[in-house]
Amino acid sequence: MSEASYPKDLLYHQEHDWVRLDPAGEWATFGITWYAQDPLGEVVFYDAPEVGSLLTKDESYAEIESVKAVSDVFAPMSGEVIEVNSAIADDPGVINDDPYGDGWLVKVRLSSVEEKEQLMDSAAYQALLGQ
Amino acid sequence: MLARVPTPDLKLTPLHARHAAAGARLVPFAGWEMPVQYQGVMEEHRAVRGDVGVFDVSHMGEIRTQGTQALEFLQHLTSNDVSRIQIGGAQYGLLCADDGGVLDDLFTYRLDEDVFLTVTNAGNHTADFERFTEVATDFEVELLDAGAFTSMLAVQGPNARALVERLADGSLPARMRSESINVAGVEVFVAGTGYTGEDGVELLMRNEDAVAVWDAVVAAGAMPCGLAARDTLRTEACFHLYGNDLDPSRNPIEAGLGWACKEETDFIGAEAVRQARASGTEEQLVAFKMLAAGIPRPGNPVVGGGTVSSGTFSPTLELGVGMAYLPTAMASIGTEFEIDVRGKQRPAVVCERPLYRKADPSV
Repeated sequence: MSEASYPKDLLYHQEHDWVRLDPAGEWATFGITWYAQDPLGEVVFYDAPEVGSLLTKDESYAEIESVKAVSDVFAPMSGEVIEVNSAIADDPGVINDDPYGDGWLVKVRLSSVEEKEQLMDSAAYQALLGQ
Repeated sequence: MLARVPTPDLKLTPLHARHAAAGARLVPFAGWEMPVQYQGVMEEHRAVRGDVGVFDVSHMGEIRTQGTQALEFLQHLTSNDVSRIQIGGAQYGLLCADDGGVLDDLFTYRLDEDVFLTVTNAGNHTADFERFTEVATDFEVELLDAGAFTSMLAVQGPNARALVERLADGSLPARMRSESINVAGVEVFVAGTGYTGEDGVELLMRNEDAVAVWDAVVAAGAMPCGLAARDTLRTEACFHLYGNDLDPSRNPIEAGLGWACKEETDFIGAEAVRQARASGTEEQLVAFKMLAAGIPRPGNPVVGGGTVSSGTFSPTLELGVGMAYLPTAMASIGTEFEIDVRGKQRPAVVCERPLYRKADPSV
Protein backbone atom coordinates (compact mmCIF):
# COMPACT_ATOMS: atom_id res chain seq x y z
CA MET A 1 0.00 0.00 0.00
CA SER A 2 1.16 3.50 -0.84
CA GLU A 3 1.48 6.47 1.54
CA ALA A 4 -1.13 9.25 1.52
CA SER A 5 -0.32 11.88 -1.11
CA TYR A 6 -2.13 14.42 -3.29
CA PRO A 7 0.16 15.59 -6.14
CA LYS A 8 0.12 19.31 -6.87
CA ASP A 9 -0.04 18.88 -10.66
CA LEU A 10 -3.50 17.30 -10.53
CA LEU A 11 -7.05 18.63 -10.19
CA TYR A 12 -9.48 16.98 -7.77
CA HIS A 13 -13.20 16.24 -7.67
CA GLN A 14 -15.14 15.98 -4.40
CA GLU A 15 -15.99 12.34 -5.10
CA HIS A 16 -12.26 11.58 -4.70
CA ASP A 17 -11.23 11.49 -8.34
CA TRP A 18 -8.25 13.19 -9.89
CA VAL A 19 -7.68 14.72 -13.34
CA ARG A 20 -4.38 15.15 -15.17
CA LEU A 21 -5.01 17.63 -18.00
CA ASP A 22 -2.88 17.49 -21.12
CA PRO A 23 -1.13 20.79 -21.77
CA ALA A 24 -3.44 21.66 -24.66
CA GLY A 25 -6.52 20.96 -22.54
CA GLU A 26 -8.08 18.62 -25.09
CA TRP A 27 -7.90 15.40 -23.19
CA ALA A 28 -7.24 14.24 -19.66
CA THR A 29 -6.41 11.19 -17.57
CA PHE A 30 -8.72 10.24 -14.68
CA GLY A 31 -8.13 8.14 -11.61
CA ILE A 32 -9.13 7.82 -7.96
CA THR A 33 -7.30 9.45 -5.09
CA TRP A 34 -5.30 7.85 -2.33
CA TYR A 35 -8.16 8.75 0.02
CA ALA A 36 -10.64 6.82 -2.16
CA GLN A 37 -8.63 3.62 -2.39
CA ASP A 38 -7.52 3.46 1.25
CA PRO A 39 -10.80 2.47 2.95
CA LEU A 40 -11.69 0.15 0.07
CA GLY A 41 -8.71 -2.09 0.72
CA GLU A 42 -6.99 -4.20 -1.89
CA VAL A 43 -8.69 -3.67 -5.24
CA VAL A 44 -9.45 -6.95 -7.02
CA PHE A 45 -11.66 -5.82 -9.91
CA TYR A 46 -12.00 -2.73 -12.11
CA ASP A 47 -15.18 -2.76 -14.17
CA ALA A 48 -14.01 -0.36 -16.85
CA PRO A 49 -16.15 1.61 -19.31
CA GLU A 50 -15.80 0.86 -22.99
CA VAL A 51 -13.70 2.98 -25.28
CA GLY A 52 -16.08 5.39 -27.00
CA SER A 53 -18.50 5.65 -24.10
CA LEU A 54 -19.53 9.13 -23.04
CA LEU A 55 -18.92 10.30 -19.50
CA THR A 56 -20.95 13.00 -17.77
CA LYS A 57 -19.38 15.06 -15.02
CA ASP A 58 -20.49 13.93 -11.54
CA GLU A 59 -21.95 10.65 -12.82
CA SER A 60 -20.66 7.14 -12.15
CA TYR A 61 -18.71 5.66 -15.07
CA ALA A 62 -17.01 2.61 -13.56
CA GLU A 63 -16.89 0.38 -10.51
CA ILE A 64 -13.93 -0.63 -8.43
CA GLU A 65 -14.27 -3.62 -6.13
CA SER A 66 -12.24 -4.91 -3.26
CA VAL A 67 -12.82 -8.34 -1.76
CA LYS A 68 -15.64 -7.05 0.44
CA ALA A 69 -16.83 -3.77 -1.11
CA VAL A 70 -17.94 -2.08 -4.30
CA SER A 71 -17.23 1.57 -5.04
CA ASP A 72 -18.63 3.72 -7.83
CA VAL A 73 -16.18 5.91 -9.71
CA PHE A 74 -17.48 9.34 -10.69
CA ALA A 75 -16.45 11.36 -13.73
CA PRO A 76 -14.70 14.55 -12.65
CA MET A 77 -15.27 16.04 -16.14
CA SER A 78 -17.37 15.17 -19.19
CA GLY A 79 -16.09 13.60 -22.40
CA GLU A 80 -15.51 10.49 -24.46
CA VAL A 81 -13.35 7.59 -23.29
CA ILE A 82 -10.43 7.25 -25.72
CA GLU A 83 -8.39 4.73 -23.74
CA VAL A 84 -8.90 2.37 -20.80
CA ASN A 85 -6.06 1.16 -18.60
CA SER A 86 -6.24 -2.51 -19.57
CA ALA A 87 -3.18 -3.40 -17.48
CA ILE A 88 -5.35 -3.10 -14.36
CA ALA A 89 -7.21 -6.29 -15.27
CA ASP A 90 -4.07 -8.33 -14.60
CA ASP A 91 -3.01 -6.40 -11.52
CA PRO A 92 -5.89 -4.46 -9.94
CA GLY A 93 -3.75 -3.78 -6.87
CA VAL A 94 -1.88 -1.18 -8.90
CA ILE A 95 -4.77 1.16 -8.01
CA ASN A 96 -3.67 0.86 -4.38
CA ASP A 97 0.05 0.87 -5.04
CA ASP A 98 0.23 3.75 -7.52
CA PRO A 99 -3.14 5.54 -7.70
CA TYR A 100 -1.73 8.58 -9.56
CA GLY A 101 0.58 6.69 -11.90
CA ASP A 102 0.14 3.14 -13.21
CA GLY A 103 -3.23 2.99 -11.46
CA TRP A 104 -4.86 5.54 -13.82
CA LEU A 105 -8.31 4.47 -15.03
CA VAL A 106 -9.25 6.16 -18.31
CA LYS A 107 -8.13 8.77 -20.82
CA VAL A 108 -10.93 11.04 -21.96
CA ARG A 109 -11.38 13.54 -24.82
CA LEU A 110 -12.97 16.42 -22.95
CA SER A 111 -16.23 17.91 -24.18
CA SER A 112 -16.25 20.90 -21.84
CA VAL A 113 -12.79 21.87 -20.75
CA GLU A 114 -14.21 24.79 -18.76
CA GLU A 115 -15.49 22.22 -16.24
CA LYS A 116 -11.98 22.29 -14.82
CA GLU A 117 -12.90 25.54 -13.10
CA GLN A 118 -15.19 23.52 -10.80
CA LEU A 119 -12.39 21.21 -9.67
CA MET A 120 -10.05 21.69 -6.72
CA ASP A 121 -6.31 22.00 -6.51
CA SER A 122 -4.37 19.77 -4.13
CA ALA A 123 -4.54 22.24 -1.23
CA ALA A 124 -8.31 22.72 -1.56
CA TYR A 125 -8.88 18.98 -1.84
CA GLN A 126 -6.80 18.28 1.26
CA ALA A 127 -8.78 20.98 3.07
CA LEU A 128 -11.94 19.13 2.05
CA LEU A 129 -10.50 15.97 3.55
CA GLY A 130 -9.74 17.89 6.72
CA GLN A 131 -6.02 17.28 6.37
CA MET B 1 -16.62 8.42 3.67
CA LEU B 2 -17.61 9.97 6.94
CA ALA B 3 -15.57 9.55 10.06
CA ARG B 4 -16.87 6.55 11.96
CA VAL B 5 -19.35 7.59 14.62
CA PRO B 6 -18.61 5.80 17.89
CA THR B 7 -21.51 3.56 18.83
CA PRO B 8 -21.52 3.32 22.62
CA ASP B 9 -23.96 0.41 22.84
CA LEU B 10 -21.76 -2.00 20.87
CA LYS B 11 -20.28 -4.81 22.92
CA LEU B 12 -16.50 -5.16 23.02
CA THR B 13 -14.52 -8.36 23.36
CA PRO B 14 -11.68 -8.55 25.91
CA LEU B 15 -9.31 -8.23 22.94
CA HIS B 16 -10.73 -4.95 21.66
CA ALA B 17 -7.73 -2.90 22.80
CA ARG B 18 -5.39 -5.40 21.11
CA HIS B 19 -7.27 -4.99 17.82
CA ALA B 20 -7.27 -1.20 18.03
CA ALA B 21 -3.56 -1.13 18.86
CA ALA B 22 -2.81 -3.41 15.89
CA GLY B 23 -4.51 -0.93 13.56
CA ALA B 24 -7.49 -3.14 12.80
CA ARG B 25 -10.45 -1.63 11.01
CA LEU B 26 -13.28 -2.06 13.52
CA VAL B 27 -16.89 -2.37 12.40
CA PRO B 28 -20.26 -3.08 14.02
CA PHE B 29 -21.21 -6.74 13.63
CA ALA B 30 -24.22 -8.39 15.28
CA GLY B 31 -24.13 -5.91 18.15
CA TRP B 32 -20.37 -6.11 18.64
CA GLU B 33 -17.52 -3.92 17.46
CA MET B 34 -15.27 -6.42 15.72
CA PRO B 35 -12.10 -6.28 13.60
CA VAL B 36 -12.97 -6.68 9.92
CA GLN B 37 -9.33 -6.65 8.87
CA TYR B 38 -5.85 -5.81 10.11
CA GLN B 39 -3.31 -5.38 7.29
CA GLY B 40 -5.47 -6.72 4.49
CA VAL B 41 -7.97 -9.45 3.76
CA MET B 42 -5.88 -11.07 1.00
CA GLU B 43 -2.81 -11.37 3.20
CA GLU B 44 -4.87 -12.71 6.10
CA HIS B 45 -6.70 -15.20 3.89
CA ARG B 46 -3.43 -16.49 2.48
CA ALA B 47 -1.91 -16.79 5.96
CA VAL B 48 -4.70 -19.19 6.92
CA ARG B 49 -4.46 -21.18 3.69
CA GLY B 50 -0.66 -21.43 3.84
CA ASP B 51 0.44 -21.02 7.44
CA VAL B 52 -1.63 -19.97 10.46
CA GLY B 53 -4.00 -17.17 11.43
CA VAL B 54 -5.92 -16.32 14.59
CA PHE B 55 -9.43 -14.87 14.78
CA ASP B 56 -11.15 -13.29 17.76
CA VAL B 57 -14.60 -14.85 17.61
CA SER B 58 -15.61 -13.93 21.14
CA HIS B 59 -18.83 -12.48 19.76
CA MET B 60 -20.06 -16.06 19.33
CA GLY B 61 -22.39 -17.15 22.12
CA GLU B 62 -22.20 -20.20 24.37
CA ILE B 63 -25.00 -22.03 26.17
CA ARG B 64 -24.18 -24.70 28.74
CA THR B 65 -26.81 -27.37 29.26
CA GLN B 66 -26.53 -29.64 32.29
CA GLY B 67 -28.86 -32.11 33.92
CA THR B 68 -30.20 -35.64 33.88
CA GLN B 69 -32.29 -34.85 30.78
CA ALA B 70 -29.70 -32.73 28.99
CA LEU B 71 -29.42 -35.24 26.17
CA GLU B 72 -33.19 -35.62 25.72
CA PHE B 73 -33.58 -31.84 25.81
CA LEU B 74 -30.99 -31.16 23.10
CA GLN B 75 -32.27 -34.08 21.08
CA HIS B 76 -35.70 -32.43 21.05
CA LEU B 77 -34.40 -28.91 20.45
CA THR B 78 -31.71 -29.45 17.81
CA SER B 79 -31.77 -31.28 14.51
CA ASN B 80 -28.87 -33.72 14.69
CA ASP B 81 -28.66 -36.96 16.67
CA VAL B 82 -27.13 -35.63 19.88
CA SER B 83 -26.87 -39.17 21.32
CA ARG B 84 -24.09 -39.81 18.83
CA ILE B 85 -21.81 -37.21 20.42
CA GLN B 86 -19.36 -39.00 22.66
CA ILE B 87 -17.91 -37.30 25.73
CA GLY B 88 -15.22 -35.05 24.28
CA GLY B 89 -16.95 -35.00 20.91
CA ALA B 90 -18.51 -32.28 18.77
CA GLN B 91 -21.40 -32.06 16.35
CA TYR B 92 -22.96 -29.56 13.93
CA GLY B 93 -26.72 -29.14 14.13
CA LEU B 94 -29.56 -26.72 13.55
CA LEU B 95 -32.15 -25.01 15.66
CA CYS B 96 -35.39 -25.19 13.71
CA ALA B 97 -38.81 -23.62 14.07
CA ASP B 98 -41.94 -25.79 14.03
CA ASP B 99 -42.20 -25.24 10.27
CA GLY B 100 -38.62 -26.41 9.77
CA GLY B 101 -37.26 -22.91 9.16
CA VAL B 102 -33.69 -22.50 10.37
CA LEU B 103 -33.37 -20.30 13.47
CA ASP B 104 -29.64 -20.86 13.94
CA ASP B 105 -26.83 -23.23 13.15
CA LEU B 106 -24.89 -24.54 16.12
CA PHE B 107 -21.91 -26.54 17.27
CA THR B 108 -22.56 -28.71 20.31
CA TYR B 109 -19.75 -30.20 22.40
CA ARG B 110 -20.32 -32.93 24.98
CA LEU B 111 -18.29 -32.10 28.05
CA ASP B 112 -19.58 -34.96 30.20
CA GLU B 113 -22.38 -37.51 30.21
CA ASP B 114 -24.97 -34.86 31.14
CA VAL B 115 -23.12 -31.65 30.24
CA PHE B 116 -23.13 -30.00 26.83
CA LEU B 117 -21.83 -26.70 25.48
CA THR B 118 -23.55 -25.21 22.43
CA VAL B 119 -21.92 -22.42 20.43
CA THR B 120 -24.39 -19.99 18.85
CA ASN B 121 -24.13 -17.19 16.33
CA ALA B 122 -23.71 -13.74 17.88
CA GLY B 123 -26.76 -12.26 16.17
CA ASN B 124 -28.99 -15.13 17.30
CA HIS B 125 -27.60 -15.79 20.74
CA THR B 126 -30.20 -13.92 22.79
CA ALA B 127 -33.12 -15.43 20.87
CA ASP B 128 -31.50 -18.87 21.04
CA PHE B 129 -31.10 -18.66 24.79
CA GLU B 130 -34.74 -17.61 25.12
CA ARG B 131 -35.80 -20.60 23.03
CA PHE B 132 -33.58 -22.97 25.02
CA THR B 133 -35.13 -21.56 28.21
CA GLU B 134 -38.70 -21.91 26.93
CA VAL B 135 -38.26 -25.52 25.81
CA ALA B 136 -36.31 -26.39 28.99
CA THR B 137 -39.40 -26.01 31.16
CA ASP B 138 -40.39 -29.55 30.13
CA PHE B 139 -37.00 -31.10 30.99
CA GLU B 140 -34.77 -31.68 34.00
CA VAL B 141 -31.99 -29.36 32.84
CA GLU B 142 -30.15 -26.29 33.98
CA LEU B 143 -29.10 -23.72 31.41
CA LEU B 144 -26.27 -21.26 31.71
CA ASP B 145 -25.73 -18.37 29.31
CA ALA B 146 -21.95 -18.53 29.18
CA GLY B 147 -21.61 -15.97 26.38
CA ALA B 148 -21.00 -13.02 28.65
CA PHE B 149 -17.95 -14.51 30.37
CA THR B 150 -16.51 -16.74 27.64
CA SER B 151 -14.05 -15.68 24.94
CA MET B 152 -13.28 -17.67 21.84
CA LEU B 153 -10.32 -17.68 19.48
CA ALA B 154 -10.03 -19.68 16.27
CA VAL B 155 -6.47 -20.67 15.34
CA GLN B 156 -6.62 -21.97 11.79
CA GLY B 157 -4.27 -23.06 9.05
CA PRO B 158 -1.95 -25.94 8.19
CA ASN B 159 0.45 -24.88 10.97
CA ALA B 160 -2.24 -24.03 13.55
CA ARG B 161 -2.10 -27.26 15.52
CA ALA B 162 1.66 -27.27 15.79
CA LEU B 163 1.64 -23.68 16.97
CA VAL B 164 -0.98 -24.26 19.70
CA GLU B 165 0.64 -27.54 20.69
CA ARG B 166 3.90 -25.68 21.46
CA LEU B 167 1.96 -23.49 23.91
CA ALA B 168 -0.03 -26.35 25.45
CA ASP B 169 0.81 -28.74 28.26
CA GLY B 170 -0.81 -31.68 26.50
CA SER B 171 -1.56 -33.02 23.07
CA LEU B 172 -4.45 -31.43 21.19
CA PRO B 173 -7.76 -33.16 20.54
CA ALA B 174 -8.28 -34.62 17.07
CA ARG B 175 -10.65 -33.10 14.54
CA MET B 176 -14.21 -32.91 15.93
CA ARG B 177 -12.94 -33.77 19.41
CA SER B 178 -12.49 -31.45 22.39
CA GLU B 179 -10.60 -31.34 25.67
CA SER B 180 -9.64 -28.93 28.46
CA ILE B 181 -5.90 -28.23 28.36
CA ASN B 182 -3.57 -25.58 29.70
CA VAL B 183 -2.55 -23.23 26.90
CA ALA B 184 -0.28 -20.27 27.58
CA GLY B 185 -0.62 -21.04 31.28
CA VAL B 186 -4.41 -20.81 31.47
CA GLU B 187 -7.21 -23.35 31.27
CA VAL B 188 -8.57 -23.54 27.73
CA PHE B 189 -11.31 -25.67 26.22
CA VAL B 190 -9.70 -26.78 22.95
CA ALA B 191 -11.88 -28.06 20.12
CA GLY B 192 -10.72 -29.51 16.81
CA THR B 193 -13.22 -27.45 14.87
CA GLY B 194 -13.20 -24.40 12.64
CA TYR B 195 -14.88 -22.39 9.92
CA THR B 196 -12.14 -21.96 7.33
CA GLY B 197 -11.72 -25.29 5.54
CA GLU B 198 -8.25 -25.68 7.06
CA ASP B 199 -7.05 -27.77 9.94
CA GLY B 200 -7.00 -25.95 13.24
CA VAL B 201 -8.52 -25.52 16.65
CA GLU B 202 -10.99 -23.29 18.41
CA LEU B 203 -10.10 -22.16 21.91
CA LEU B 204 -12.66 -21.18 24.53
CA MET B 205 -11.58 -19.53 27.77
CA ARG B 206 -12.71 -17.17 30.49
CA ASN B 207 -12.72 -13.52 29.41
CA GLU B 208 -9.93 -12.62 31.83
CA ASP B 209 -7.64 -15.18 30.18
CA ALA B 210 -8.25 -14.13 26.57
CA VAL B 211 -5.46 -11.57 26.32
CA ALA B 212 -2.84 -14.02 27.59
CA VAL B 213 -3.84 -16.65 25.04
CA TRP B 214 -4.14 -14.14 22.17
CA ASP B 215 -0.74 -12.64 22.94
CA ALA B 216 0.91 -16.06 23.12
CA VAL B 217 -0.64 -17.25 19.88
CA VAL B 218 0.30 -14.03 18.03
CA ALA B 219 3.83 -14.04 19.51
CA ALA B 220 4.22 -17.63 18.29
CA GLY B 221 3.55 -16.46 14.74
CA ALA B 222 -0.18 -16.55 14.02
CA MET B 223 -1.35 -13.65 11.89
CA PRO B 224 -4.32 -11.75 13.38
CA CYS B 225 -7.22 -12.11 10.94
CA GLY B 226 -10.52 -10.27 10.75
CA LEU B 227 -14.08 -11.05 9.85
CA ALA B 228 -13.49 -10.27 6.17
CA ALA B 229 -10.98 -13.11 5.82
CA ARG B 230 -13.22 -15.35 7.93
CA ASP B 231 -15.95 -14.76 5.37
CA THR B 232 -13.82 -15.38 2.27
CA LEU B 233 -12.37 -18.53 3.84
CA ARG B 234 -15.73 -19.98 4.86
CA THR B 235 -17.22 -19.10 1.45
CA GLU B 236 -14.47 -21.04 -0.36
CA ALA B 237 -15.11 -23.93 2.04
CA CYS B 238 -18.90 -23.57 1.45
CA PHE B 239 -19.77 -23.28 5.12
CA HIS B 240 -23.12 -21.59 5.64
CA LEU B 241 -23.31 -18.12 7.16
CA TYR B 242 -26.45 -17.56 9.17
CA GLY B 243 -28.28 -14.50 7.83
CA ASN B 244 -26.88 -15.07 4.32
CA ASP B 245 -27.33 -18.74 3.49
CA LEU B 246 -29.68 -19.63 6.32
CA ASP B 247 -32.69 -17.83 7.73
CA PRO B 248 -36.15 -18.72 9.09
CA SER B 249 -37.61 -18.84 5.56
CA ARG B 250 -35.21 -21.62 4.51
CA ASN B 251 -35.50 -25.23 5.59
CA PRO B 252 -32.45 -27.44 6.08
CA ILE B 253 -33.18 -29.53 2.99
CA GLU B 254 -33.03 -26.65 0.50
CA ALA B 255 -29.95 -25.37 2.33
CA GLY B 256 -28.16 -28.68 1.69
CA LEU B 257 -28.09 -29.50 5.40
CA GLY B 258 -30.22 -32.62 5.33
CA TRP B 259 -27.17 -34.50 6.62
CA ALA B 260 -27.41 -32.54 9.90
CA CYS B 261 -31.06 -33.50 10.43
CA LYS B 262 -32.10 -36.82 11.95
CA GLU B 263 -35.89 -36.77 11.79
CA GLU B 264 -36.15 -40.02 13.76
CA THR B 265 -35.05 -38.05 16.84
CA ASP B 266 -38.33 -36.12 16.54
CA PHE B 267 -36.73 -32.71 16.98
CA ILE B 268 -38.83 -29.56 16.75
CA GLY B 269 -39.40 -29.08 13.01
CA ALA B 270 -38.70 -32.73 12.15
CA GLU B 271 -42.06 -33.26 10.47
CA ALA B 272 -41.56 -30.31 8.13
CA VAL B 273 -38.02 -31.46 7.35
CA ARG B 274 -39.30 -34.98 6.64
CA GLN B 275 -41.83 -33.58 4.18
CA ALA B 276 -39.28 -31.38 2.47
CA ARG B 277 -36.91 -34.30 2.16
CA ALA B 278 -39.65 -36.50 0.68
CA SER B 279 -41.19 -34.01 -1.73
CA GLY B 280 -38.15 -31.95 -2.63
CA THR B 281 -37.86 -28.18 -2.51
CA GLU B 282 -38.44 -25.44 -5.07
CA GLU B 283 -34.92 -24.11 -4.64
CA GLN B 284 -31.57 -25.60 -3.71
CA LEU B 285 -28.47 -23.95 -2.33
CA VAL B 286 -25.55 -24.43 -4.72
CA ALA B 287 -21.93 -23.36 -4.87
CA PHE B 288 -20.84 -21.50 -7.98
CA LYS B 289 -17.91 -19.85 -9.70
CA MET B 290 -18.06 -16.96 -12.11
CA LEU B 291 -17.15 -17.83 -15.69
CA ALA B 292 -15.95 -14.32 -16.51
CA ALA B 293 -15.18 -11.05 -14.79
CA GLY B 294 -17.39 -9.78 -12.01
CA ILE B 295 -17.85 -10.35 -8.32
CA PRO B 296 -21.22 -11.65 -7.12
CA ARG B 297 -22.63 -10.15 -3.93
CA PRO B 298 -25.30 -11.35 -1.49
CA GLY B 299 -28.75 -10.38 -2.74
CA ASN B 300 -27.85 -10.31 -6.44
CA PRO B 301 -30.78 -11.86 -8.35
CA VAL B 302 -30.24 -14.88 -10.58
CA VAL B 303 -31.67 -14.55 -14.08
CA GLY B 304 -34.57 -17.01 -14.34
CA GLY B 305 -35.13 -17.10 -10.58
CA GLY B 306 -33.05 -17.49 -7.46
CA THR B 307 -30.75 -15.33 -5.38
CA VAL B 308 -27.10 -15.14 -4.47
CA SER B 309 -26.85 -15.74 -0.71
CA SER B 310 -23.06 -15.45 -0.37
CA GLY B 311 -20.72 -13.89 -2.90
CA THR B 312 -17.20 -12.59 -2.83
CA PHE B 313 -13.90 -12.50 -4.63
CA SER B 314 -12.04 -15.71 -3.80
CA PRO B 315 -8.42 -14.92 -2.90
CA THR B 316 -7.44 -18.57 -3.48
CA LEU B 317 -9.19 -19.11 -6.81
CA GLU B 318 -8.76 -15.45 -7.86
CA LEU B 319 -12.28 -15.13 -9.23
CA GLY B 320 -15.79 -14.40 -8.08
CA VAL B 321 -17.42 -17.28 -6.17
CA GLY B 322 -20.39 -17.81 -3.92
CA MET B 323 -23.45 -19.73 -2.98
CA ALA B 324 -26.93 -19.18 -4.39
CA TYR B 325 -30.43 -20.51 -4.03
CA LEU B 326 -31.39 -21.68 -7.52
CA PRO B 327 -34.60 -23.25 -8.82
CA THR B 328 -34.06 -26.98 -8.33
CA ALA B 329 -34.12 -27.58 -12.09
CA MET B 330 -31.06 -25.31 -12.43
CA ALA B 331 -29.19 -26.69 -9.43
CA SER B 332 -27.26 -29.60 -10.93
CA ILE B 333 -23.48 -29.39 -11.14
CA GLY B 334 -22.26 -27.92 -14.40
CA THR B 335 -25.40 -25.87 -15.07
CA GLU B 336 -24.54 -22.43 -16.38
CA PHE B 337 -26.62 -19.45 -15.30
CA GLU B 338 -26.43 -15.68 -15.17
CA ILE B 339 -26.32 -13.40 -12.17
CA ASP B 340 -27.60 -9.84 -12.32
CA VAL B 341 -24.71 -7.97 -10.69
CA ARG B 342 -25.98 -4.40 -10.34
CA GLY B 343 -27.62 -4.44 -13.75
CA LYS B 344 -25.01 -6.47 -15.63
CA GLN B 345 -25.70 -10.11 -16.46
CA ARG B 346 -22.62 -12.12 -15.63
CA PRO B 347 -22.18 -15.86 -16.33
CA ALA B 348 -21.58 -18.42 -13.59
CA VAL B 349 -21.57 -22.22 -13.27
CA VAL B 350 -22.83 -24.54 -10.53
CA CYS B 351 -19.86 -26.33 -8.93
CA GLU B 352 -19.30 -29.13 -6.48
CA ARG B 353 -19.00 -28.20 -2.85
CA PRO B 354 -16.61 -27.21 -1.43
CA LEU B 355 -15.10 -24.72 -3.84
CA TYR B 356 -11.79 -25.14 -2.05
CA ARG B 357 -10.53 -28.32 -0.39
CA LYS B 358 -7.29 -28.40 1.57
CA ALA B 359 -4.58 -30.72 0.39
CA ASP B 360 -4.88 -34.11 2.03
CA PRO B 361 -1.50 -34.97 3.56
CA SER B 362 -2.31 -38.69 3.41
CA VAL B 363 -2.60 -38.69 -0.40
